[in-house]
Amino acid sequence: MQLDSLYQEVILDHYKHPQHKGLSSNFAAQVSHVNASCGDEIILNINLEGDLISELTWDGQGCSISQASVSIMTDLLTGKTLDQAAIILKSFSDLMASKGTSAGDELVLEDAIAFAGVSKFPGRIKCSLLGWMAFKDAAIQAQSRK
Amino acid sequence: MSFSPALIRQDFPIFERTVREGKKLVYLDSGATSQKPHSVIEAESGFYKFHNAAVHRGAHQLAEEATDAYENARLIVSKFLNAPGGSDEIIFTKNATESLNLLAYSMGNAEGTNRFALKAGDRIVVSEMEHHANLIPWQQLCARTGAELGWFSVTPEGRLDLSAIDSVITADTKVVALTHQSNVLGTIIPLEAIVARAHAVGAVVVLDACQSVPHMPVDVAALEIDFLSFSGHKTLGPTGIGVLWGRKNLLDELPPFLFGGSMIEYVTMTDATWAMTPAKFEAGVPNMAQAVGLGAALNYLSEIGMENVHSHEVALTAYLLEAMREIEGLKLVGPNDTHLRGGAISFMVQDIHPHDLGQYLDSQGVAVRTGHHCAWPLAKALNVPASTRASLYLYNDESDCDALVHAIVGAKKYFGRF
Repeated sequence: MQLDSLYQEVILDHYKHPQHKGLSSNFAAQVSHVNASCGDEIILNINLEGDLISELTWDGQGCSISQASVSIMTDLLTGKTLDQAAIILKSFSDLMASKGTSAGDELVLEDAIAFAGVSKFPGRIKCSLLGWMAFKDAAIQAQSRK
Repeated sequence: MSFSPALIRQDFPIFERTVREGKKLVYLDSGATSQKPHSVIEAESGFYKFHNAAVHRGAHQLAEEATDAYENARLIVSKFLNAPGGSDEIIFTKNATESLNLLAYSMGNAEGTNRFALKAGDRIVVSEMEHHANLIPWQQLCARTGAELGWFSVTPEGRLDLSAIDSVITADTKVVALTHQSNVLGTIIPLEAIVARAHAVGAVVVLDACQSVPHMPVDVAALEIDFLSFSGHKTLGPTGIGVLWGRKNLLDELPPFLFGGSMIEYVTMTDATWAMTPAKFEAGVPNMAQAVGLGAALNYLSEIGMENVHSHEVALTAYLLEAMREIEGLKLVGPNDTHLRGGAISFMVQDIHPHDLGQYLDSQGVAVRTGHHCAWPLAKALNVPASTRASLYLYNDESDCDALVHAIVGAKKYFGRF
């Protein structure tokens, strides 16, 4: 079934057992993003040590795709530099825009390649990008405050 | 002739196709937009093929025919709603959202002694179960004029709480704008006491009838309301056409909102006066082919009979509610019986997010809507951030309900693996 390409095991696993969920008390920047069409919400906190992303924490509600995506993203980007994170973000955005023609670069995206199947479902791409767009926003805000 | 969804479906070409790898289309999203019968598609394309010209202008035969077709559609709408003042009370818009915005902006243009002029101390009343289309125009009109927004709250069962009607519709209330049938809950609003109280304080009653006009007989004269809006595309008609009905004397007093061609009486470089109702509210070349298509849609519904459409949907709603009761972990959002209730049925299933449930249903050919259904404040009031909605129409039957129930059970199994 085509649905199985959307609901990869790693996605449903992160949905049931989200990582880095629960907001840190301190943060360099905090952003709140919503998908107005469905009501999914993400609040994301970022902390930096120099150019290193030292901590990402989040809270939110939404579908398995949006929640698993932010969970996997926070796992992936914590400990990376802002430059590395920008490369990963670009790779993920390109994958989402691929309409099912790309399998994703596993070396860059690691577990996030599980979302390759999402790109075949136009209605769900914004779900998988919700957390990533929040990160992009938070990174800009945190840098501008340095 | 008895009511037969199977025969009715033959009039709708879309049911000839399949979805998701050859599955039968189980269309349960008519609350968002309805499917279209051949007669509507042909009326719309027939206008373009044979009569296309700009209405109310042009010194030629095509312009005459186009004007006739367009004005005939207006007459069909006025009869369908039993408008006491006839077709002059029918204003064509883009959709119900535009109808409500037209009304709110026109009221905002009223000044001085005009009965619609609003100021600080005046009040507009809505309800917590409004679609955004019947909330935000009024909320923003209040912000522009200084008037206050009041609202009826919703009971946990999904009914309007009318227990404090006199303190909600106060003596200062100028407008009471309510949905006739909730697009989320299916709840049908009992209007009698509301209309009586509104009129007693001199307020006008605006009905958002998007979810009622397509599904049951709506007689504006009998309801004693003052304004009503609905969308063509939810009523078997084309997109791009909606209706605002208003009492003639009220429309005459209401200032226009959109300015331009067709809506004027006399124009100089510095001033203008307005055409009579309804032209006053229809600036520019209107959506002519779509109005003609809407006329065909209402004729199609009238031939079947709105009483028959409504009783079919009530029976089908009862059937689906009964079947849903058997699904463990399914929670309804809205009344659990068919008393004053239409066929919009929202629900949640265990901890499966509605988006994920909708995705699984889609994989089985079942088309539903998920999310907050453009009624975010209602979702917050009921503490249901998102739900799944199945909405029924005349072409649905018990097999569609069975397919939905079967797919919900399948989704529980699919997402229960982890």
